[in-house]
Amino acid sequence: MSRPQGALPAEFAEIGPSSWTEPFWLAAREHRLTVPRCVNCGTFRFPPGPFCHECQHQEVEQVQVSGTGTVYTYTVARHGVVPVLADYVPYVVAVIELDGAPGIRMIGNIVESDPDAVRIGSRVELAWDDVNDEVTIPRFRLAG
Amino acid sequence: MLIKDKTAIVGVGSTPYYKRGMSFPQTKIELACKAILAACEDAGLSVKDIDGFAYYSGGFDSALIAQTLGIPEVRFTATLTGGGGGAAGSVGLAAAAITSGHAGVVVSLMTLQQPPTARLGAAFATKGTGGYSRPSDPETDFVAPHGLFAPGQMFSMLAMRHMHRYGTRREAFGEIAISSRDNAIRRPTARFRDPITMEDYLNARMISDPLCLFDYTQENDGAVAVITTSAERARDLRQHPVSIVASAHGAEGRWGHAITWMGMPDEYFASSGHRPVARAVYERADVTPQDIDVALLYDHFTPMVLMQIEDYGFCPVGEGGPFVEAGNIRWKTGTIPVNTHGGNLSEAYIIGMTHVKEAVEQLRHQAVNQVENAELALVTGGPAPMPVSATILRRS
Repeated sequence: MSRPQGALPAEFAEIGPSSWTEPFWLAAREHRLTVPRCVNCGTFRFPPGPFCHECQHQEVEQVQVSGTGTVYTYTVARHGVVPVLADYVPYVVAVIELDGAPGIRMIGNIVESDPDAVRIGSRVELAWDDVNDEVTIPRFRLAG
Repeated sequence: MLIKDKTAIVGVGSTPYYKRGMSFPQTKIELACKAILAACEDAGLSVKDIDGFAYYSGGFDSALIAQTLGIPEVRFTATLTGGGGGAAGSVGLAAAAITSGHAGVVVSLMTLQQPPTARLGAAFATKGTGGYSRPSDPETDFVAPHGLFAPGQMFSMLAMRHMHRYGTRREAFGEIAISSRDNAIRRPTARFRDPITMEDYLNARMISDPLCLFDYTQENDGAVAVITTSAERARDLRQHPVSIVASAHGAEGRWGHAITWMGMPDEYFASSGHRPVARAVYERADVTPQDIDVALLYDHFTPMVLMQIEDYGFCPVGEGGPFVEAGNIRWKTGTIPVNTHGGNLSEAYIIGMTHVKEAVEQLRHQAVNQVENAELALVTGGPAPMPVSATILRRS
């Protein structure tokens, strides 16, 4: 149980899973990153939801991925848009394309890294954030 | 049956524009009714002529307006789904209501009044003290834990991708901010009238890379109302009618929520989301980008103006940066004057309805920064989650 250095306030990590997102969050608690894939046509689906956007099939399998990936785009938040964030800026929010799960993107902070070193195309790896006993959030750090 | 030239905008009205939270002790319904009465006065209509309402972005309480102003009978009241993306489209909704015989005189309206505890700038915050909270949902769980709360943060990621993909420079965003400000300087209604230079722009405080202070719109209070009626009735009213040529709203389905899921296809990720709407509105109007005399493009953030310039065909996709840096959007000297009123960026942010008002004033030839002999204006709503919208207006 640990949180990455500079992780955002725990209050933002209160989540309310649905039946479709719950498997993701349960796996995250075990430090496994999973992405649902349509059992009918193989299309990845994110965020997890009730239908495949390609074939409208419902059933999915949860595919575990390594959590390495590439920065598709990002921003460096330098202004705390809500008061509590004033002590946490700058922080990086990135959109990540995950190895092994083509066609989907995941939003995540890049932690434990120099915000000014992040670029589109930067390689990242997982940095698990155990917010509390209930919630673990996948974050990322610059790889290598 | 399309709406083409069957209806016209006959009245526009607004309250003064206030810094957010500064319109009190007026009430929100008071601001709304003041704008409607001003639009009626402009048109030469009585509020008793109004029988319809066509909104966007959550709409307004038609029942309260009707009982407050004593409107005899309401026959149409509807709202486009989504947010600010529907601004220009709300006028198309009014035109559709009239063309289909459901109402005769329809008001489109935006009223904005921000209590100090709920800021548009943190529209997607789920937590964080008091009024910033909003209910979470299973989709937001993949966004909010990462501190991605502000529309500006979200659009900055589209801007970053555009810079990466096409080599767009911050100077291009700066030119949009400077050009808008230059237009606002001459307008007494504008909230920001101090000139800014490229040096000011490049030295400004960064908010969310690559966006700095001047890339952002403002947060305002105020109301703007627009009155639409049939082309036939418009001929007998006070102002030179402004014909509604065509309107479109929507987006690719997989544009979807766009900025709050970031899963859009790569082909149009770094876009305004407007491409299908642009195709539809030009086709319905039977005009081309070269026919447009003035473009009022929804400008919450400068890069999204640049992407609309591309998506509406004023230059090829990917060339918006060099195009604006060459001065093409300037009033008087540019090939396509953009946001001659100063836009959301420098005049006021009433979620895009000031753009409709400016288009009407341009086509009446009453604008402060008049485009000479303006005949055809393009007005847009959004970039935003689906739908985004566009309307083409013509001087009758």
